[in-house]
Amino acid sequence: MSTLHMVNKSPFERGAMQSCLEHALEGDGVLLFEDGVYGAVKGSAVTGLIENKAGSVKVYVLGPDLAARGIAGGRLIEGITVVDYPGFVDLVTAHKGTQSWL
Amino acid sequence: MSQVKKFLYVNRKAPYGTIYALESLEVVLIGAAFDQDVSLAFIDDGVFQLAKGQDTKGLGVKNFSPTYRALGDYGVTKLYVEKEALAERGLSEDDLMPVTYEDENDGFAEKPSLIFVDRAEMARVMAEQDVILSF
Repeated sequence: MSTLHMVNKSPFERGAMQSCLEHALEGDGVLLFEDGVYGAVKGSAVTGLIENKAGSVKVYVLGPDLAARGIAGGRLIEGITVVDYPGFVDLVTAHKGTQSWL
Repeated sequence: MSQVKKFLYVNRKAPYGTIYALESLEVVLIGAAFDQDVSLAFIDDGVFQLAKGQDTKGLGVKNFSPTYRALGDYGVTKLYVEKEALAERGLSEDDLMPVTYEDENDGFAEKPSLIFVDRAEMARVMAEQDVILSF
């Protein structure tokens, strides 16, 4: 069974997202929320961290946090799925457990 | 005998994830009453504060980004934005909201408040200040 990894810190300020992605196993999910959503944007200095795990882990991002920060859907890295709050709950229940990367 | 000092507010945090961005703005607005020479710097994740199109309805928190556009009315007209910080985050100058002020010494002509500088220029801006407040 798989784990849902949760990242809520900016990847430009600390290494939480990078460490998460380097420890996530094949089939795991990674949810970016709060300041973590900045990691979902393409064309940045950290875009490669997620692109390198494409096909191995599934990456999700919380829509209301994107909207608050003015990030339009067209700026997301290919393959990332936007979820709303009910979708967040569905992800939690669909995985064996959750692991937070603060 | 009062003396005008150069104040720089350095913003390094993204909005909403922490309270720093909003608190900085509050302090800038309070400080603006003291007729000092005030500038703002946006470096690192601070550049995210100026992103256009912020919509916080889904979060249920106040969208304070329109307040930056009101700073000109308080005499705060120099917002330095670091180019390298934008580029590292996949942002261009067009991704930021327009911030302007009316120049009372030039027939109230509308002029841009955002000043885009590179990292070396930002270092010089910091070096010429009397007081630096960090957020």
